Amino acid sequence: MTSGDHHTDATIARRVRRLETLLEEKGLITGERLDEAIDAFLAESSPANGARVVARAWTDDAYRARLLADGTAAVRELGYMEGSFQRLRVVENTASRHNVVVCTLCSCYPLRLLGPSPSWYKSEAYRSRVVREPREVLREFGLELPPGTDITVWDSSAETRYLVLPRRPEGTEGLGEEELAALVTRNALIGTAAL
Amino acid sequence: MTDAHPAAPDMAAPDLAAPDPAAPEMAAPDRFPPGTRVRTYRHDPPHHTRLPRYARGKRGVVVEPEGPEELADISARGRGDAPVEQIYAVRFEARDLWGEGDHHVVLDLWESYLEEDPDDER
Repeated sequence: MTSGDHHTDATIARRVRRLETLLEEKGLITGERLDEAIDAFLAESSPANGARVVARAWTDDAYRARLLADGTAAVRELGYMEGSFQRLRVVENTASRHNVVVCTLCSCYPLRLLGPSPSWYKSEAYRSRVVREPREVLREFGLELPPGTDITVWDSSAETRYLVLPRRPEGTEGLGEEELAALVTRNALIGTAAL
Repeated sequence: MTDAHPAAPDMAAPDLAAPDPAAPEMAAPDRFPPGTRVRTYRHDPPHHTRLPRYARGKRGVVVEPEGPEELADISARGRGDAPVEQIYAVRFEARDLWGEGDHHVVLDLWESYLEEDPDDER
């Protein structure tokens, strides 16, 4: 966590604790039950899910086309985001185009496909800078893009969540879906890394 | 109140009897088709809004509709009367947002954040 959003986080954390205490005092929920619900949700939320979606898209052109046309429906084919009210849009990196995801208003993010968000994603610095100077921010992540690359920053300002479909690494022609999935990192799914 | 507004006899029954699967809802056509040049509103509302400050009063181009949702500006205040509006993915050029840069930013914006941009001279 950076110092920039420390105050906001502390305020929210205090409110959440207060709400939790009230709910317990009124007998509406127990701490144990709350922990179970959080654990169950997190158990289903992992970057391994997003990686599996990407590996399928790399190995199945028809799936890739469906994924780019309607991300929500395509990830549900693999059993993800069932019951979620959110839409998913998958944006594809190419040789000339790079995509990166942010939420400048808070820290929205496709949690079920990416797992809990990294602290830098929630930081004031990332959120304010990536929309303004993405090339520099990506360079700080160690991603140097060729000068002509068209960078698109997707700011998750409403109910759609974004997932980046990274470029398949060269020399991976012989690999199967599981081996390919193991190559996919969370940062690549956000767009702050290439593979 | 049941008989205060009787339905027109030739409107109610046929719709229920023979729903058209190809047209599940009679939604109004989108106000801003893809490619429409739009401008975002400029004002700074005292309440929650999902139009970030950096994108206020800026020009962009509609990419496509994202689907209708309740207007967050109203629903976030705990009100039950939030209108449902189309949300549009709108693409902005960095130089229109920041005066410099060669990248693009896409934001998802509720219809009432937008007006058609009459200036076609870009």
